[in-house]
Amino acid sequence: MSSRPELKAPPEIFYDDVEARKYTYSSRIIEIQAKLSERALELLALPNDGVPRLLLDIGCGSGLSGETLSENGHQWIGLDISLSMLDIALEREAEGDLLLKDMGQGLGLRSGVIDGAISISAVQWLCNADKSSHEPRLRLKAFFGSLYRCLARGARAVFQVYPESLAQRELILSSAMRAGFAGGVVVDYPHSSKSRKEYLVLTCGPPSINTELPKAKLEDEESCSDDESSGEEENQTVCIADRHRPRKKQKTTKKGKGREWVLKKKEQMRRKGNAVPLDTRYTARKRKARF
Amino acid sequence: MRLLTHNMLSSNIKGVTNGFPLGIEVEKVIEKQVDFNPDFLKNMLLKIEWKALVDASRSLGYAELPEEAPESSVIDSDDFLRKLHHALLELHLEEGALVCPQTGRKFPVNKGIPNMLLHEDEV
Repeated sequence: MSSRPELKAPPEIFYDDVEARKYTYSSRIIEIQAKLSERALELLALPNDGVPRLLLDIGCGSGLSGETLSENGHQWIGLDISLSMLDIALEREAEGDLLLKDMGQGLGLRSGVIDGAISISAVQWLCNADKSSHEPRLRLKAFFGSLYRCLARGARAVFQVYPESLAQRELILSSAMRAGFAGGVVVDYPHSSKSRKEYLVLTCGPPSINTELPKAKLEDEESCSDDESSGEEENQTVCIADRHRPRKKQKTTKKGKGREWVLKKKEQMRRKGNAVPLDTRYTARKRKARF
Repeated sequence: MRLLTHNMLSSNIKGVTNGFPLGIEVEKVIEKQVDFNPDFLKNMLLKIEWKALVDASRSLGYAELPEEAPESSVIDSDDFLRKLHHALLELHLEEGALVCPQTGRKFPVNKGIPNMLLHEDEV
């Protein structure tokens, strides 16, 4: 992809009438969105009892993903920030209720009423500051906080995202963890740059059998082993993160912090995405007493 | 917008502690046919705020729902479920507004889509 839409304009401006129509009526996009929605619905792991559920479609756009939800018999509420896209959803007679809403302002839904949430190619828009009053971290916090509240216990949220960089993926994941979600990232076809798709699977409530991450898809349709470690393995396509639960602080009697500690901290900061100076032989060297 | 959605929406303007339920100003209501599914309705009954639903359906012109949340014996009756189905899924607010109960701020509804975008000072 030569350039990302998020870098061109805010979503309500980028998806104007012309672009919205182009997007919705491109057969390629329709096919891709249908596949992504099917996979997201699969990852939602709703109980297979034939009872329709109330789902949320975040960034529903012109209703392409909502169609998949309706086809599977569910009721859904869709929200999007672009009126042009929603107008097209009306044209296509989307069966879910549509809301003109900015997800970064908080969802405004009552607690525990939603049975599941999906979002196809939308959450990455939150990471950009589209207005001078925007602060992406606060918007992500408002979004994930309100989402956590409105989901029923044990419900899941599945987001198919196109993160721009590792830093952005980390930003989204850490905001979700801070809101109380557990879960991780499922990457389908990780080695193919064309078919590679990332799904952020978040669960509400304490971990249980339901919250184990599903198997990711590999190229030759074999599923990879359900490996829970997040090491540097080649075929690592599933990683698990949990909410940081605060431990009781104990008085430490350390004689200051050594080089090892400093290196560890620097590595942590790097993983967060901060700019950290390189490690050299001068890192954490002893300074003169009056430094 | 159906009453199912209205029953879930609350106003999240900054400083509002009780944003539920949103008041409804009606300009146009339409009715659409939706397939009847008793399992879904029974599931939803656990989550619905009954009084808000009754008030909302009255303002849309449908007064068949009982005032009190029904007992378990009544829940299974087909008659009750059909009324619930009609109120929850088949009545659509096409034009009008939703009103925040605390600040009185109006969220206009056009073509069935409520505009819930908050202004900069309300976030």
